[in-house]
Amino acid sequence: MKKRSLALMLSAALCVGLLAGCGGTGDTAQSPAAGSNSPVAGQSQAPAGDNIQLTGTVNTNGSTSMESVMGYLIEAYKELQPGVTVNYTGSGSGAGITGAQEGTCDIGLASRDLKDEETGVKQITVAKDGIAIVVNPQNPVADLSLEQIAALATGEIGNWSEVGGSDGQVVFIGREAGSGTRDGFESITGTEDACKYQNELTSTGEVVANVASNPNAIGYVSLSAVDDTVKALTVGGVAPSEEAVLDGSYAIQRNFNFIVSDSAALSAAADAFIQWATSTDASALIADAGAVPVAK
Amino acid sequence: MKQKLRPLEVIMNVLFLLCGLVAIVFVLFISIYLILSGLPAIREIGLADFLFGREWASTAAEPKFGILPFILTSVYGTAGAILLGVPVGFLTAVFLAKIASPRLAGLVRPAVDLLAGIPSVVYGLIGMMVLVPTVRELFHLPDGASLFCAILVLAVMILPSIISVSETALKAVPREYEEASLALGATHIETVFRVSVPAASSGIAASIVLGIGRAIGEAMAIIMVAGNVANMPGLFQSVRFLTTAVASEMAYASGLQRQALYSIALVLFLFIMLINVILNTLLKRKKG
Repeated sequence: MKKRSLALMLSAALCVGLLAGCGGTGDTAQSPAAGSNSPVAGQSQAPAGDNIQLTGTVNTNGSTSMESVMGYLIEAYKELQPGVTVNYTGSGSGAGITGAQEGTCDIGLASRDLKDEETGVKQITVAKDGIAIVVNPQNPVADLSLEQIAALATGEIGNWSEVGGSDGQVVFIGREAGSGTRDGFESITGTEDACKYQNELTSTGEVVANVASNPNAIGYVSLSAVDDTVKALTVGGVAPSEEAVLDGSYAIQRNFNFIVSDSAALSAAADAFIQWATSTDASALIADAGAVPVAK
Repeated sequence: MKQKLRPLEVIMNVLFLLCGLVAIVFVLFISIYLILSGLPAIREIGLADFLFGREWASTAAEPKFGILPFILTSVYGTAGAILLGVPVGFLTAVFLAKIASPRLAGLVRPAVDLLAGIPSVVYGLIGMMVLVPTVRELFHLPDGASLFCAILVLAVMILPSIISVSETALKAVPREYEEASLALGATHIETVFRVSVPAASSGIAASIVLGIGRAIGEAMAIIMVAGNVANMPGLFQSVRFLTTAVASEMAYASGLQRQALYSIALVLFLFIMLINVILNTLLKRKKG
């Protein structure tokens, strides 16, 4: 009896140890997979005239915020042109632009527009990224300026009454470090590394759920994730919508750009990939990835 | 007849041996992998800066990789869960093993087993949707996601292991001990707490260590209720544990940030190894 219970305890201990060890890695392994879901939509809309089979490798390098969009595009392009391999390296917009300037990659990826001093390259906008600012439906605040949003994020404004709401401490909810949405929000509002988060969540859905359950919460999510449980604020009087993002009137948005060299000619494969990605054929894929397609 | 059986027996022996080796292979693989992938970042950041740095800002322009907030949160969170979970779990075990009528025990025991079977994500979900808003309103906090919520969730999660292991230990106490005590005129409750519990003490201690192991290794349930901001721990602060630090940033991490996450996993792994060593020592003492 004694021995048996001993064995039981030991094996239970081992199991717990093993499970505990696996827990950490198992949870995280699922997240990247979500980004590389093989998209089905869009394939059937392959252009009829594009039946020339190309071969070659297209190296893209740059913005980590564009990882999701690129993942969808690359996956679908593989079906369309099996001979072409498109590689993606996430290194940051700056590195993507430098890569295109120096010719170390075929297409640079930048989640911001080119600055005046970045010469020798041009940008081709493939998609726009709109970020909605959401609050609890009970919150009377309906409109904020970009400056007010930045001040709320950094904790400069700590109470809702300061921006016309009812008395209550502001609870700022955001995404984890490394998230493209967080990077987008912080860079557009100019609050990089200065945000005072109350809650850092790992998915858009969790942000929505938390904002929906806390009357004093404010958070940011991709435009496509807004639903009835939360209220999307108008920013400077403009309501977030695909149209407002496309015509540039909604402030919290940025361009996802392909950066290509002015001088060096693109390979046939790279050129075809850009043509396809910026055509309406790729629109559904870009929308699936949570961005707003620009092709008309 | 005997000779015919022999090849089968050899095959089965090999099969059993292979099955037995699977666990060892995995433990070895995970250990080696974690050490190899966890050390580079520690070397780059510096062991003291890594372990005792009070600030974590992995994607900032000037990144900081101090995991002291995570270590302390994990320690405090686990201690809190033990503080709440052990008395309840221990008394439940006493109740099940010594006091409850068989019929009542037959009702409680399956409930405890069911509690053990609930997936941690369900604990997290209920914690997030029910516990967090309740704590927010009860304590008039701006936001309920905090170390306190995580402690409550962990305390419930460790109950089953504490109850079932303690109960097994209590039941293993030889009947003669208790009979002798009763014969000397002690009451039933006196017998339970003065004789049975001391006799089962190392098993009960093992159950506590098991609970610690479970609490410190849990990620999914607490990532949904703890808030995950790299603050130094406070009871109603939004905090990040060692486990959730790895889980929350892994998806999009790159470069040194990613390596540092492996290093956090290594630290966590060492914690759990330490706990297992303590557990084994406790069990061995019981044997000797």
